[in-house]
Amino acid sequence: MGATVIERDEVLHVARLARLALSEDEIEPMARELSAVLDHVAKIGELDLDEVAPTAHVVDITGALRADEPRPCLPREVALAQAPAVADDGFLVPSPQA
Amino acid sequence: MSDVISLSAAAAAEAIAAGSLSANELFDAYRARAAADRAAGEDGLNCFTWVAVDAPHAFPATDAALAGVPLAVKDLFCTEGVPSQSGSRILEGYLPPYTASAVARLADAGTSLLAKTNQDEFAMGSSNENSAFGPVRNPWDRSKVPGGSSGGSAAAVAAGLAPWALGTDTGGSIRQPAALCGIVGLKPTYGAVSRYGMIAFASSLDQAGPLTRDVRDAALMLRHMVGRDQCDATSLQFPEAIQLPTAERLDGVRLGVPEEFTGAGIEAGVLEAFQAALTHAEQLGAQISEVRLPHAPHALSAYYVIAPAEASSNLARFDGVRYGLRAADATDLLDMYTRTRHDGFGAEVKRRIMLGTYALSSGYYDAYYGRAQRVRTKIAADFRTAFDQVDLIVTPTAPTVAFGLGEKTADPLSMYLNDVCTVPMSLAGIPAISIPCGLSQGLPVGLQIAGPAFSENRLFDAAHALEQSIGFDGAFARV
Repeated sequence: MGATVIERDEVLHVARLARLALSEDEIEPMARELSAVLDHVAKIGELDLDEVAPTAHVVDITGALRADEPRPCLPREVALAQAPAVADDGFLVPSPQA
Repeated sequence: MSDVISLSAAAAAEAIAAGSLSANELFDAYRARAAADRAAGEDGLNCFTWVAVDAPHAFPATDAALAGVPLAVKDLFCTEGVPSQSGSRILEGYLPPYTASAVARLADAGTSLLAKTNQDEFAMGSSNENSAFGPVRNPWDRSKVPGGSSGGSAAAVAAGLAPWALGTDTGGSIRQPAALCGIVGLKPTYGAVSRYGMIAFASSLDQAGPLTRDVRDAALMLRHMVGRDQCDATSLQFPEAIQLPTAERLDGVRLGVPEEFTGAGIEAGVLEAFQAALTHAEQLGAQISEVRLPHAPHALSAYYVIAPAEASSNLARFDGVRYGLRAADATDLLDMYTRTRHDGFGAEVKRRIMLGTYALSSGYYDAYYGRAQRVRTKIAADFRTAFDQVDLIVTPTAPTVAFGLGEKTADPLSMYLNDVCTVPMSLAGIPAISIPCGLSQGLPVGLQIAGPAFSENRLFDAAHALEQSIGFDGAFARV
């Protein structure tokens, strides 16, 4: 793998996927820093890993279920208390403008 | 320094239980010191994001094991009604409606919440310079960083502003600041402590653990944290009771030194202190041999794919809808999401979200995330092979002593290299402890001891024997 170069368009694409607005002055440094880090991590491309199973989690637990017993949940007013905007007993957000 | 401040947490608990020390007196002594640091602003160490205003109204009955011992808690642990914002602007003003399990268990054991500690934003950093509350300073030298991300916890314990503190470790965030501040820090086996109520960074790696003045205190705190919790499906019952260590010898203990962490990239003064610790270990009866962790040099790369990938997913919840900051005057929903996240996240968090999103995006998933997960398998296998030959593995905790504030902020990659010795254990999910083993350039050096999953009792014993033999004096930082 050669030197990784992340272009401006790619930064903007990934930022859209991440739902992250970037200021004009954040774009170029982000491209440069991502390129440098990805270039470093690309070293794992040198390893022969075809026969190796991936590890998502080190703890071997399956079916860690509790009894399905009804119990009180967080009261609505407590759940809403931290919200920036509330209306009609729910979280208020701007229109999606689809 | 008043006498009560010089007591270890274990000694304070014993004195309170015996009736020779009042819980109120102890709490007030620490509260005054913590509040003074907070009031000092830039002239202090900036260890805290919140300090208790009053002593608790009622201290628990003195038969609780830790009755009356104050506890400092990293900001990212949710504490009911007490500000908890993981060092981030995006959670400005957030008052959680519930308390994290690890904190609740320590409260059940009798501890009182003294303060919340400063940290790198969302635990992303190795210097505590990425905090919405500003950087923490190292009590050994105010011009140096305390390490990160649990930098406030480490500096507070080292400076005697708290008897002990709770931190979290994802790739070294307890061990590295403990090393740089000259105290003890343990990352437990993954799953040993519930993650419920910890504001998540990378869920397959995050673990809560103690930052303490000595090894005995670390064991004492861990004893009251471990166990299965219904609220965390990855938590496990610890297979044995955590013992308070008493070992003074290491007879017959086989210590492995991985050649990958004792050569290039490790500062000469750090290596010198590390070698001196090995000499202590030999004199205590340990057998020392070389081991290989052939994939360890790739651990940092795998970590800086896996952790940001998980973070990019975990941090999707911060969108201005349910808590914290919301950008004003949004034109529509998407605009509100993207501008809230722009305004609320700091530069390093944005970088990690971008890195993780890139690594998980269509076309790159296999090359980055998929491969990193396979490297993780190899790293865990390396440790298993090594533990067939030795009981414990020892390395320096960090490649350097504490570096200058601002020295590495311009180059993210140089900052990431601080984690080179601690990340492999995180990826393998195994426990590792850092203890101070000497000074280099007048600053503390950490010795890391790692063992197989659930070997905490053996780690504590070995660490205790070495601690007694080395005789590191941390009182300097507690003036």
